[in-house]
Amino acid sequence: MIPYDKLPHTPIASVNSVVVKTGAWRTFKPVINYEKCIRCMICWKFCPDVSIRLEDGSSYPAQSERIKETIKEAPVIDYDHCKGCGICAEECPTKAIEMVPEEK
Amino acid sequence: MVKLTIPEIELMSPGHTGCQGCGATIAMRYALKALGEKTIVSIPACCWAVMPGVWPNNCMRVPLLYTAFETTGASISGIKAALRALGEEDVTVMGWAGDGGTADIGMQALSAAAERNEDVIYVMYDNEAYMNTGIQRSGATPLGAWTTTTPVGKTKFWERRPKKPMVDIVAAHKVPYAATLSIGYPEDFVKKMKKAKEISGFRFLHIYSPCPTGWKSPPQYTPKLAKLAVTSRAFPLYEVEEGIYRVTMKPKKTPLKEYLMLQGRFRHLTDEDMKELERDIERRWKELLLKEEMTAKLEELNE
Amino acid sequence: MVRMLLTGNKTTAYSAMRSRVQVVSAYPITPQTTIVEHIAEFIADGLMKAEYIQVESEHSAMAAAIAASNTGARAFTATSAHGLLLMHEMLHWATGARLPVVMVNVNRALGPPWSVWADHLDSISQRDTGWMQYYVENNQEIFDTVIMAYKVSERPDIMLPSMISQDAFYLSHTVEPVDIVEQEVVDNYLPPYDPPYRLDVNNPAGFGSLVMPNHYYEFRYKIAEAMEKAKKYIKEAAEEWYEITGRDYRGLLDCYRCEDADVVLFGAGTMMSTAKEVVDWMRAEGKKVGVARIRVFRPFPGEDVRKVADGAAAIGVMDRAYGFGRGGAFFNEVNSALYNHRNRPPTKNYIIGLGGRDVKPRHIRAIFNDLLKVKDEGLDEEFRWFGLRRENMPEEEI
Ligand SMILES: Cc1ncc(C[n+]2csc(CCOP(=O)(O)OP(=O)(O)O)c2C)c(N)n1
Ligand code: SF4
Ligand code: SF4
Ligand SMILES: [Mg+2]
Repeated sequence: MIPYDKLPHTPIASVNSVVVKTGAWRTFKPVINYEKCIRCMICWKFCPDVSIRLEDGSSYPAQSERIKETIKEAPVIDYDHCKGCGICAEECPTKAIEMVPEEK
Repeated sequence: MVKLTIPEIELMSPGHTGCQGCGATIAMRYALKALGEKTIVSIPACCWAVMPGVWPNNCMRVPLLYTAFETTGASISGIKAALRALGEEDVTVMGWAGDGGTADIGMQALSAAAERNEDVIYVMYDNEAYMNTGIQRSGATPLGAWTTTTPVGKTKFWERRPKKPMVDIVAAHKVPYAATLSIGYPEDFVKKMKKAKEISGFRFLHIYSPCPTGWKSPPQYTPKLAKLAVTSRAFPLYEVEEGIYRVTMKPKKTPLKEYLMLQGRFRHLTDEDMKELERDIERRWKELLLKEEMTAKLEELNE
Repeated sequence: MVRMLLTGNKTTAYSAMRSRVQVVSAYPITPQTTIVEHIAEFIADGLMKAEYIQVESEHSAMAAAIAASNTGARAFTATSAHGLLLMHEMLHWATGARLPVVMVNVNRALGPPWSVWADHLDSISQRDTGWMQYYVENNQEIFDTVIMAYKVSERPDIMLPSMISQDAFYLSHTVEPVDIVEQEVVDNYLPPYDPPYRLDVNNPAGFGSLVMPNHYYEFRYKIAEAMEKAKKYIKEAAEEWYEITGRDYRGLLDCYRCEDADVVLFGAGTMMSTAKEVVDWMRAEGKKVGVARIRVFRPFPGEDVRKVADGAAAIGVMDRAYGFGRGGAFFNEVNSALYNHRNRPPTKNYIIGLGGRDVKPRHIRAIFNDLLKVKDEGLDEEFRWFGLRRENMPEEEI
């Protein structure tokens, strides 16, 4: 709690919301099977929670070596923020993402 | 390098408080990707007034001015006027209101800003009801839909009126650009948003944004519903540029029933009821094609 | 000195010009209309450099002014009566957003029945919106107060909006000589607006977001604190203006011959000029009467009211508005300032002048005589609808 004399005049919101860990909302969790993933990044495109990052893919398996050579990035899920909506799994053209129950 | 079909830049952060699978958050994400950092956004009361977060948190990486429910048209006019006065002309100003804040309570300020041809973008993100207050009917609620103020009941009290045609209404103000966008088609979405950015004067964008909470639809179907709305012709994609209509997508027609039956809000409809909806939708589609044909003739005048 | 013969409305337009307002958004309503016309003419003639938004309503006028102010521009608007009521939601907004919007309100009666004449109920109804409220008595005071109001509102430790109210027709459409202070002099007094925060693409932030109960309360307290602090700055701004112009607005309460007065009559607006005149006449007759004009109603000059009460044996309060249910607002506020004070002379409320009913010298004289009776014989009634049409009405009330 901030004392009144340390507050600004009016609520000016400037703290990046990444500090809010919405991953806690999840009941199902998306898991990417990289061996099926063709790196189309459709999951990245549709995620409402900006919770799929494009990261260096060299350490991830892929459907084929050719894919890995032409596309350097792999989609990686940010479980701190992913709310488990299942859009990525639904939209994935190769059914590479599975929604598995979250262990509590 | 990966070839992305929409810009990589993210100006909406994770950690926002939108529901699981919220279409309106996808919409904002795409909009900011297209417009870039030199953008100021004003948001009235609506789901999006809550989604950026509780103070001091904020998922928006561009300046944001919250405003009262009915004031979006006036608020963005004020921002733009001030920017002109301060010599900051290169900033895009975008109003971002819900369907209720646009088609109902904000209609007056919207109409006035459109009529003045204010140099701003006005977005109506459309989840087809007042969701922030818990799913009440709005002027954009479609024919046949259940909402908490159009409950099904024994007397079929569900929504009896078709959606307000907001793009047509705003286009009738003779603004340079008005269009429909859908989160189901990100590339078309970003293309139209970028096009809007380059045009000066009043630009109106009607964005179809499924709402799993209000539509009683599984959250994973948000993009799928957005696509089915377009292919079933419930929400056609088109633009009106200087009065000339252009249907930007004429997909193979899919059955309306498939679109409706994924959503709890339509589950009460009988086959007979669905035929009534189908007739209304087909009529509007024909009307749209006729407008396209008719206004194409205006092209000659433009030359 | 540039002395001109001007109506209150044209004076208002000049005050906006001299304040170098950058964004004007306004909507016409009688009797404010000529203000927006004059400003539009000034801009059209290149005499004034401001963005002018021809909004479709007062609600939008205030919403646009707020947005412009939040973007970092000096914003101005003007309205009256129903226009002010339509703004109500946004008046609260300007305060919560802590923005120094300045507005001139032409005090007019509320309908139905339709009436375009002077009455204070429009601005009194905005009492709790957190706007500083000034009531002026002549056209010169409009000009001076708009400029001083910006100075106070824009202080980084204040950041609250200001409303300057002038009486319909008595000022808005009445020509008086006004000193339109030279631009350089005003520029020296009122530097360009330097906002402590604003919408800025280089420093993005969200303005006005959701706040939980654990902080909302503190944000409200900060408004209350700023409003209280403003008293000092209103006096300071007036002091500085006095040094430049010789015109004296240094009291929140404008006391006229109160020091040794037996009875003091409170009130606001143009009728107080009449009252001052009557004071001189009655003093000549040996009656010790005085006038306390409420120039600043928000923040309320409670301490000054107490000082007046220390010397007076009876207090009258004229209200050009009635708060249905219990008395005029000025009366109630004067009373509330006195309740916890040692000296509490009897107080009597005179409801007068509603809907532009003329307040004449003989009316004021009758009120003073009535007050002198209260002083000698005690309070007869708390509320008096002075001049109410009735059978056997006394001559002096007509
Ligand atoms: C003047 C006023 N009336 C009512 C409300 C309550 N209210 C807040 S948001 C809202 C509904 C918003 O609906 P819409 O614009 O469609 O946005 P959504 O929440 O659906 O995204 C209502 C009725 C308000 N904030 N202000
Ligand atoms: S489940 Fe939803 S929130 Fe999580 S990564 Fe997939 S699309 Fe994003
Ligand atoms: S109620 Fe609907 S529109 Fe609102 S945040 Fe939830 S999903 Fe999004
Ligand atoms: Mg809605």
